[in-house]
Amino acid sequence: MDETKDSRRRFLAQSAALVGGAASAAVSPPGAAQELAAQPWEHVYGAGFTRYGQPSKYEAPVGRYLVQPYGELAPGSGAAFAPLESLEGIITPSSLHNIRSHSGTPDIDPKQHRLLIHGMVARPLMFTVESLLQYPMTTRTHFLECSGNSNRALTPQPAQLPVGAIHGNMSCSEWTGIPLRVLLEEAGLDASAKWLLAEGADSAHMSRSIPIEKALDDALIALYQNGERLRPEQGYPVRLLLPGWEGNMNVKWLRRIKATDGPTHTKDETSKYTDLRPDGKALQFTFEMGVKSVITKPSSTMTLPRPGRYEVSGLAWSGAGRIRQVEVSTDGGANWTAATLIGEERPRAFVRFRLPWEWNGKPAVLQSRATDEKGRVQPARKDWLAQYSANPYHNHSIVSWAVGADGKVTHVYA
Amino acid sequence: MSTRSLAASVLVLTLMGCAGVMQSGQTGTSKPQALGTPVGAAEIARWDISIPPSGAGLPAGGGTARQGQQVYEQKCMACHGAKGAGKPADALAGGAGTLASKTPVRTVGSYWPYATTLFDYVRRAMPITNPLSLTNDEVYAVTAYVLALNGIVGEDAVMNAQSLPQVKMPNRDGFVSDWPPRER
Repeated sequence: MDETKDSRRRFLAQSAALVGGAASAAVSPPGAAQELAAQPWEHVYGAGFTRYGQPSKYEAPVGRYLVQPYGELAPGSGAAFAPLESLEGIITPSSLHNIRSHSGTPDIDPKQHRLLIHGMVARPLMFTVESLLQYPMTTRTHFLECSGNSNRALTPQPAQLPVGAIHGNMSCSEWTGIPLRVLLEEAGLDASAKWLLAEGADSAHMSRSIPIEKALDDALIALYQNGERLRPEQGYPVRLLLPGWEGNMNVKWLRRIKATDGPTHTKDETSKYTDLRPDGKALQFTFEMGVKSVITKPSSTMTLPRPGRYEVSGLAWSGAGRIRQVEVSTDGGANWTAATLIGEERPRAFVRFRLPWEWNGKPAVLQSRATDEKGRVQPARKDWLAQYSANPYHNHSIVSWAVGADGKVTHVYA
Repeated sequence: MSTRSLAASVLVLTLMGCAGVMQSGQTGTSKPQALGTPVGAAEIARWDISIPPSGAGLPAGGGTARQGQQVYEQKCMACHGAKGAGKPADALAGGAGTLASKTPVRTVGSYWPYATTLFDYVRRAMPITNPLSLTNDEVYAVTAYVLALNGIVGEDAVMNAQSLPQVKMPNRDGFVSDWPPRER
C-alpha cells in the first residue's frame, strides 16, 4: 500500500515538473482562480488504482457484529452477523456475509486440499480443487441462514440492538459450483444409499447428515461466491450449498462425502439444532428454514427525525421456495398492506420488499409477514413460541418495531 | 498469399475445426466430465472418521472412566469445568429430568441420544486447541468418563468398539422425526 502511495507521489511530482504552472494551479486552494462550485477533491488528482477494492473510509462504521461466547479462548467459535440495517437490495457483500463457525477459519492451501466421495458408491473418488474447477458450472442466488438466527429475539426482554445484531445471522449471495449429483453419478452412487455424511476440513471437522433427495435435487458443490472464489470464512476452497436448508448443513471447507444408509447422528444434528418441545420431546431434522421476513428500515435503534413520508424496506425468504407475498402492518398487526417485491422469481433467495408509509407522528408498531409459494405464512411470535420450550433454533416468527411519538424506533414483543 | 488462396485456407481451417470438434466431442456433447481419481480402501480408512449409532468404523482400543478422569482433568476440564459442570464451554453432565420443564438443561447425559456421537465428536474436534491429538484409548476413556459422570456406565466399564454402541442413552427415545418436513 505504501509502495503504491509512493509511486503515485513520484508520478505527481514528475507530472508537475513536466507541465509546470498548470499543475501548480490544480493543487492551489479551491476557488483561487475560478468562482465555481467545487469541493476540495475536485481540485486535486484522485487516488491511484488498487488491486483489490475497499469501501469508502466514510463507511468504516459498517461492519459485522461479532458474537464470541468464548472470547479470546476461541475467537473463531461463534458467529458474525451481517449489518442488515446498513444494506439494501438482495445480495450481501462477501465481506459482510454472516459467519458461523465452530473452530475458526482454517488456512487451507487449495493445492493440498482434497474432496473424497466414498461409502455406498461403486467407485470411491478423490478430487483435487483444480479438477473441480474444470467441471461445468451452475450459478444461482440463495440465502444462507444459521438455524440459531433470531435467537437473540428470544431473550426475556427485547434486546435494543440494530436489526443486524439480532437477525443478521443470515446472508444472500450468488453461488457458482457443480451440482452435487454430477459428482455422485461419477462415483456411481448406490441406489440404496439414503443419506450422505458431509464433513469439513476445519479443526472441528464439522459434519452433518443430508437426505439423498436433497443431494440429488439442488445441492451445489460451491466454488465461487458473488463472482470470486469463496472467501476463507465461507469455506474456501470448496463448500456444500443446500439451498434453503439450515446454515449448519452447508458444510464449509468440504473434504469428505460418504454415502450411507441412514443418518450418522452427528453432534450438531442431535445435541444441537434439534427443537425441544414443552413435552420434553425434541424435533430432529428441521432442515428447511421457515418462511420469514424482517423490516430493516426503519428498525430498532433508528430515529425518524420528523413526521412525513418514509419507505418501509426489508427482506423476506423461505427455505421451501419462492416468496409469494409480504404484507406490512404499521398498527401492530390489525391491518396489513401488500408490499412491492423485488427478486420474487428466485426460490430460496432473499426478496427485497418496499412500501411507502406516511408517518403521522403518533406511536406505531411496524411488522412484516411473509407468505411463500407453498402457502406457508410467517407465524406470530406467540404462536411460534407455544410450540417449543426454551428452543434457540429456527425462530421465524414476526418481528415488531415500535415507533415512539419522539420518532425513536425500539424492539418490542407484540 | 492471394485472396483466393487465403479464402481457401480459411475454408480448410474451418473444416478442420469442425472435424476436430466432431472427433474430440468437446462442444455440445453430453459426455460428462469425470476427473475424480480412484481411491483404495486403505486410504479411505485414513479419512473416514464418522461413527454412526451402529458403531461401524469404531477403532480398536478401549478405556474406562477411571482412566478417562486423568485425560479429562488434563485436557478437557479447563473449558468444560470440574466433573463436566460446564463454563465456559457446554456442560456435559446433569440436567436429568429437566427436558419437560421450563428450564431444560441439555447435556450429554440428559439429551444426547447416542453414545457413539460422543466418541465421534471427541475424536474429530476435541480438545478444541489440539484436535486429533488423543489416542483412541484416550478417546474411549474420556468418553467412558463423561458417561460415568452421568451415571450411565460404571467407573470400571470398558468402552470399546463392542460395548459403546450397546450403551442405551437416557434420552434415546426423546426425539421425534421432523423429516420429511411438516407443514408450518
